[in-house]
Amino acid sequence: MSAEQPVECPECAAAVALPDDVVAGEILQCAECGVELEVVKDGAISLRPAPEEEEDWGE
Amino acid sequence: MTIGMLLSRVRVEEKLLLQAFHDRGVPVVVLDDRETVFDYHRADQWRRFDVVVERCINHSRALCGLRILNDFGVATVNTYEVALVCGNKLETTSALVRHEVPTPRCRIAFTPESALAAIEELGYPVVLKPAVGSWGRLLSKINDRDAAEAILEHKEILGSYHHSIFYIQEYVDKPARDIRAFVVGDETICAIYRYSPHWITNTARGGEGEICPVTAELDEICQRASQAVGGGVLAVDLIEHPERGLLVNEINHTMEFHTAQPTTGIDIAGMIVDYVVGVAKRRQQDG
Repeated sequence: MSAEQPVECPECAAAVALPDDVVAGEILQCAECGVELEVVKDGAISLRPAPEEEEDWGE
Repeated sequence: MTIGMLLSRVRVEEKLLLQAFHDRGVPVVVLDDRETVFDYHRADQWRRFDVVVERCINHSRALCGLRILNDFGVATVNTYEVALVCGNKLETTSALVRHEVPTPRCRIAFTPESALAAIEELGYPVVLKPAVGSWGRLLSKINDRDAAEAILEHKEILGSYHHSIFYIQEYVDKPARDIRAFVVGDETICAIYRYSPHWITNTARGGEGEICPVTAELDEICQRASQAVGGGVLAVDLIEHPERGLLVNEINHTMEFHTAQPTTGIDIAGMIVDYVVGVAKRRQQDG
């Protein structure tokens, strides 16, 4: 059980559970709509759609 | 000791690395590349870092950041030169061939006509790859002349300028798997087979991992490959050729290991962090 309260998905408004060790910039996936979300920590925690994949992305 | 981590997003790998630094009591400053500004005249702002770990997801940002940091005299893992070679398949192949590391046969051409001639000379099937790209994106397995003509025309008409450099590789009929081996410094720390019924076995494309023993043969070719591109923290992708044995296909300088760490049971993040701390200590000793 996470110490953090679930946060609303900006795409589908579902409640997204946060891991205990959540960090800013972390990528989560909404279990309801499947969209990738980025954790924003600006005082309170919120979520925003993760950046779209670009041509030079990779490892 | 202060470590910087230049990153784009905190994936499983970055989270594991941050945790490993934390476990060792090493402070890390996270540097989001979307917010980072490099002032060429304020190198001092960056020299507070003993090492900057580059974990950008955009290759272009990684290259620019590393170029500037290395010019500032800031140690990075990996270096600009290593990222330059590993991030471009043409550069990688040139380095491997220069150092006589076994690699699939490859042709480079600049026009659709010369590319078609090279493909026909190499023999079908062949694989066409963009020089810059990852995760198996935009790879084409070309089985016959009709497909070759279609793909080359599409690349010429629809592709951006760097798709006009045609990187053509022989298709190796491998046993439904390839090998990803992890090199940290001068040690091949672990390896996995990546299985897939699809000819692209990348785990980013659904390939599944299974532990692969690090044999003396695998270790030797991985060390040679690592040295050929400049060394550091690298993931070496290899293909098992039915006659020619292990061939180095690609080398990754900002490797993902979310499949390999649980598959092998090896603390890859911890070993990377120990390597980075070692680089930082040597820098401190050298003054």
